[in-house]
Amino acid sequence: MGEKIKSSGKLYFHYLSVALRSAMQYKTSFFLMVIGRFLLFFNGILGVYFMFSRFGHVKGYTFGEVLLCFSIIQMDFALAECIGSGFATFASIVRQGEFDRVLLRPRSTILQVLGSQFRIDRIGLIFQAIFMFAYGIIISPVDWTFGRVMTVFSMLLGGTTLFISFFLLRAAFTFFTLEGLELVNILTYGAQEHGKYPVDIYGKKMMKFCTYVIPYTLIQYYPLQYLLGRTDQWYYGVYPLCAVYFLLVCYGMWRFGMRHYQSAGS
Amino acid sequence: MITMEHVCKSYRVAKRNAGMREACKALFRRETEVIQALSDVSFTIQDGEMVGYIGPNGAGKSSTIKILSGILTPESGSCLVDGRIPWKNRTEHVRQIGVVFGQRSQLWWDVPVIDSFELLKDIYAIPSYEYQNNMEELTELLHLQELLKMPTRQLSLGQRMRCEIAASLLHSPKILFLDEPTIGLDAVSKLAVREFVMRLNQEHKTTVILTTHDMQDIEALTKRIILIGRGRVLMDGTLEDMRRLAAEHGQAAEASDQNGESLERIVAGLYQKLDIL
Repeated sequence: MGEKIKSSGKLYFHYLSVALRSAMQYKTSFFLMVIGRFLLFFNGILGVYFMFSRFGHVKGYTFGEVLLCFSIIQMDFALAECIGSGFATFASIVRQGEFDRVLLRPRSTILQVLGSQFRIDRIGLIFQAIFMFAYGIIISPVDWTFGRVMTVFSMLLGGTTLFISFFLLRAAFTFFTLEGLELVNILTYGAQEHGKYPVDIYGKKMMKFCTYVIPYTLIQYYPLQYLLGRTDQWYYGVYPLCAVYFLLVCYGMWRFGMRHYQSAGS
Repeated sequence: MITMEHVCKSYRVAKRNAGMREACKALFRRETEVIQALSDVSFTIQDGEMVGYIGPNGAGKSSTIKILSGILTPESGSCLVDGRIPWKNRTEHVRQIGVVFGQRSQLWWDVPVIDSFELLKDIYAIPSYEYQNNMEELTELLHLQELLKMPTRQLSLGQRMRCEIAASLLHSPKILFLDEPTIGLDAVSKLAVREFVMRLNQEHKTTVILTTHDMQDIEALTKRIILIGRGRVLMDGTLEDMRRLAAEHGQAAEASDQNGESLERIVAGLYQKLDIL
């Protein structure tokens, strides 16, 4: 078992290095992508900033607090896109019959699809998020205890896992529809867009949906309450790790979808 | 040894007429048609055999190869490759086979060929000495020396095909599936590929299953031919058997001719006479 994990890890990094070498072949597109993402994200921050310069606070959250929330979600999303972009673009792999080749290799399908792409251009986004997070720390009076620092890490881990699960879920649907289901994009890009504010500002119904249908509040709202000192319940900081269960569910869907696979053409 | 017994496979295909209106209609109610790709296909192939698998487009050749290589699961029938059920123990099975799809590439598009090979070494966990040996042999026989440093996307089709074949043999598979390996190649590359496959079969006793539309491939390489049409095996025998079958269907005049050109005509005639187009 240990031997197998070691060899899979080694192979994954080998895949990454090939994906990086491929990406570097297209320098212009690489830099344009980084710049484009930067502007898009900057746009997002400005939106939040203008909102707060007008209203002062939103449902009791200050600008600094929203910045903390926003930057963590952005970082989750950027990391997920970085690592899981093989699933994000899985529709084209299936449609062109490239998945045949994946099945012809004696390795786990998940590992191969993950290794097929690595969006290094998302690195820019991650740095930006770190910068914003630092600014959020400066302007909001959070008392950084050990528990709260760990909560940030658990939010990052859980959030990235959750977004990767969304990508995986959409990839699983691809086996049935041959196209990525746009509906799932509401979860991925919708969550990214609206995730800049804590979920409770969207009302009770949204809270329920984001807790029981998709475990979104578990990686955002609840741990944030603990982080911002609105509750003393330290275990809120552990909630994000529940995203692993959601990942398992999505993995199950993937396995189920794979059995439905009909390869394409000759 | 490869055995297929009474294998059936069908696909569900969405159908609609041309035009925007029809396309919109199909969004809500899709008419599907079941297409029988394989119906009751049986054959046995011994170790070290080289078999030509022919038939018109859409006859079920690729479906057969996909089932044998574990990509597709048949609806009924049984299939054993060296004692393994291909789609059940996928990873164990694919370790022992090599597959070349002439229409698709298995190399990484933007990196030099050698980088793809190194990655394949890790994917198949090929021991270093075995990899070295195979690399040396393949580089020499397929004249890859100059190509290894070039990115795949800059190779000509003939160059790429030689690299593709090498890529699927790095892990010394016992069985090699070649799905239209000579498609679109010039005369020199075709000859090089044929010569190599011949040698592989003779020296390493690799079982080769070859699908092609090029009858010269068949003539040069295979003693045994399996003819398939509309998902059924119509003939399983030698080139002579096929000529005889053609003669029975009224093509006696051409049957005595030996060259590939007329073989093409014989096969075309057979497809028409057997009504499998």
